[in-house]
Amino acid sequence: MNDLRSLKILVADDTDTDRLILETIVRKEGHQVFSAKNGLEAVAIFQQEHPDIVLLDALMPEMDGFDAARQIKNLAGDELVPIIFLTSLQDTDSLVHCLDAGGDDFLSKPYNRVILKAKIKSFNRMRGLHNTMITQRDQLAQHHQRLLQEQAVAKQVFDNVAHSGCLNASNVRYFLSSLAVFNGDVVVAGIRPNGNMMVLLGDFTGHGLPAAIGAMPLASTFYGMVNKGFSMSDVLCEINKKLKTILPIGLFCCATMIDFNFRRKRIKVWNGGLPAGMIYRHLDRSVIPLRSTHLPLGVLPEKSFKDDVQLYDLDEGDRIFMWSDGIHEARNPAGDMYGEERLLEVLAQANEPAIIFDEILTSVKNFIGSGEQDDDLSMIEIRMDAPEHLQHPNHYFVHQQQQLPVEWELRFEVKPTSFKSFDPLSFLLNILTEEPDLRSFSGSLYTILAELYSNALEHGVLGLSGDIKKSPEGFAEYYAQREKLLNEIATGFVHIYFAYSSNIDGGSLTLRVEDSGAGFDYSALQGKPLSTIGYSGRGIGIVEKLCKTVRYYGSGNKVEVVFAWVNDD
Amino acid sequence: MAITSTVSADGNQVTIYIQGRFDFSSHQEFRNAYEKLTKAPSRFRVDLQGTSYLDSSALGMLLLLRDHAGGERADIDIVNCSQDVKKILLISNFEQLFSIQ
Repeated sequence: MNDLRSLKILVADDTDTDRLILETIVRKEGHQVFSAKNGLEAVAIFQQEHPDIVLLDALMPEMDGFDAARQIKNLAGDELVPIIFLTSLQDTDSLVHCLDAGGDDFLSKPYNRVILKAKIKSFNRMRGLHNTMITQRDQLAQHHQRLLQEQAVAKQVFDNVAHSGCLNASNVRYFLSSLAVFNGDVVVAGIRPNGNMMVLLGDFTGHGLPAAIGAMPLASTFYGMVNKGFSMSDVLCEINKKLKTILPIGLFCCATMIDFNFRRKRIKVWNGGLPAGMIYRHLDRSVIPLRSTHLPLGVLPEKSFKDDVQLYDLDEGDRIFMWSDGIHEARNPAGDMYGEERLLEVLAQANEPAIIFDEILTSVKNFIGSGEQDDDLSMIEIRMDAPEHLQHPNHYFVHQQQQLPVEWELRFEVKPTSFKSFDPLSFLLNILTEEPDLRSFSGSLYTILAELYSNALEHGVLGLSGDIKKSPEGFAEYYAQREKLLNEIATGFVHIYFAYSSNIDGGSLTLRVEDSGAGFDYSALQGKPLSTIGYSGRGIGIVEKLCKTVRYYGSGNKVEVVFAWVNDD
Repeated sequence: MAITSTVSADGNQVTIYIQGRFDFSSHQEFRNAYEKLTKAPSRFRVDLQGTSYLDSSALGMLLLLRDHAGGERADIDIVNCSQDVKKILLISNFEQLFSIQ
């Protein structure tokens, strides 16, 4: 604060001599002086000149110092304009009256020059502090306003991403306070193509934006995969991998994920680090806790991530409750936490299952009472119901494809002109993985197709012997010969035949590959264990392990394999 | 390019990356990645992070690498396998020959 700066000082006194003395003292200190002979003048000059400090006689004609002080303080608004009363009054009441009217200090007549100088200096310092405070207050208010606007926009984006699923289905109730969103709570729910509902409740560590931001990749991964029919462990592995990659160490997501099979009345539960959810069985009013058995998402690297789940068979009308720790950690005025015991108590006292959800919320709110309102609650309830009873504006719980069997056949032939240039593997794999049931087997299907096609083309059509591949040079030689023969080949074929069949419980894909070659003696081949030595000859062994059956026909130029799967969810 | 490789500063370790399908079509590139080095590395890493599928010819190529690297004494890590790729490696008992992560 530059206290040597020249200030604008208003001096109001009706006694000419007193005023003159004051003016002289103040001017000598290097300040600019404005004079008034009464309160009215003082107020008028104040409006015109905006002085920094006002020296005001208490008793003046027209308008006294008290009224003038009130008006000046009023006009000054937020700005601090120190008013020092000049008075010959000595009684306590009068002095208090000066301060009550808005005065900041008083100076008794006769004036002491040193004290006046010190007071001006002191009040100027106070003015500086006050101005700094006002500027910072305004900046804070601006920042706060902007933060609120940004949060409103962020919440909207968040809602669009996170709540695009089936949270408004007829068997779901959820409560997610807005503060909970910015504390990193997230609820997502989607329907798989087979009609199962998947629900994930997550709670990111930490608070505010860093915690909330992780919810975005979680939600987009969740919906992307659930809609495509990926299994719960696929979805969990992928979310874990993504969070592990993008989140800094120490930030992770406690989560419970449940896969609801309404057709079989069965749920699969994975809980990593969240407080136990509860199954409420309405027939015997028993409660089964769904306790955490895993580490949270985003902690373990992909290879050590555990995706094993717990299975529960339910009855229609049973309810599952999930919550983040906001409920458990809600505090009453005495500072006690709500805790799991009180939750269990509400469930034990419940008479009407349909209102348990409300009873829990009410109980928590009553418990908090006048305590600190954290407003950080997330809770979700899902009712087990028959698929045909469930309703949602945009989703179907009864999937046509899943209800009705699907059967098709496909015949495919690669002609000699195309052996060299055409790669049927990607082509056929794309067709196969259009079937939702086959999608999760693309790796195995690729290997099966690749082995059968390579064998048919290389050993069958081209007549190459795998024996060449015995040495590193032979390995290269084999593929050099393959290349050469492909350039020359003008006759031959590879027929590929698929028969697909699936129903609600699973299905099978039969693959038959026939080539124009001479075949081979397959009587010695079947049942031979898979060797780990030699650079070649393990292809068909892998196929045997991946498929239910492998059979050769004819002269050995025809092979039929059956790939089968079971829908257990 | 389906196959890329990097060599550590001291030349002792080579890492081979395979993108997309790992099959015979890349066998020359795969061999170049470890055969054409000025100093023979003692440690090998095969990074399958970007590998979508593999077939038995890829397994043959891994065995070629193993023999080149000293057979039983070879120090080879196969890392970042997807579930699909790992399944095929395990079916073939390759965990007995390589360190698979």
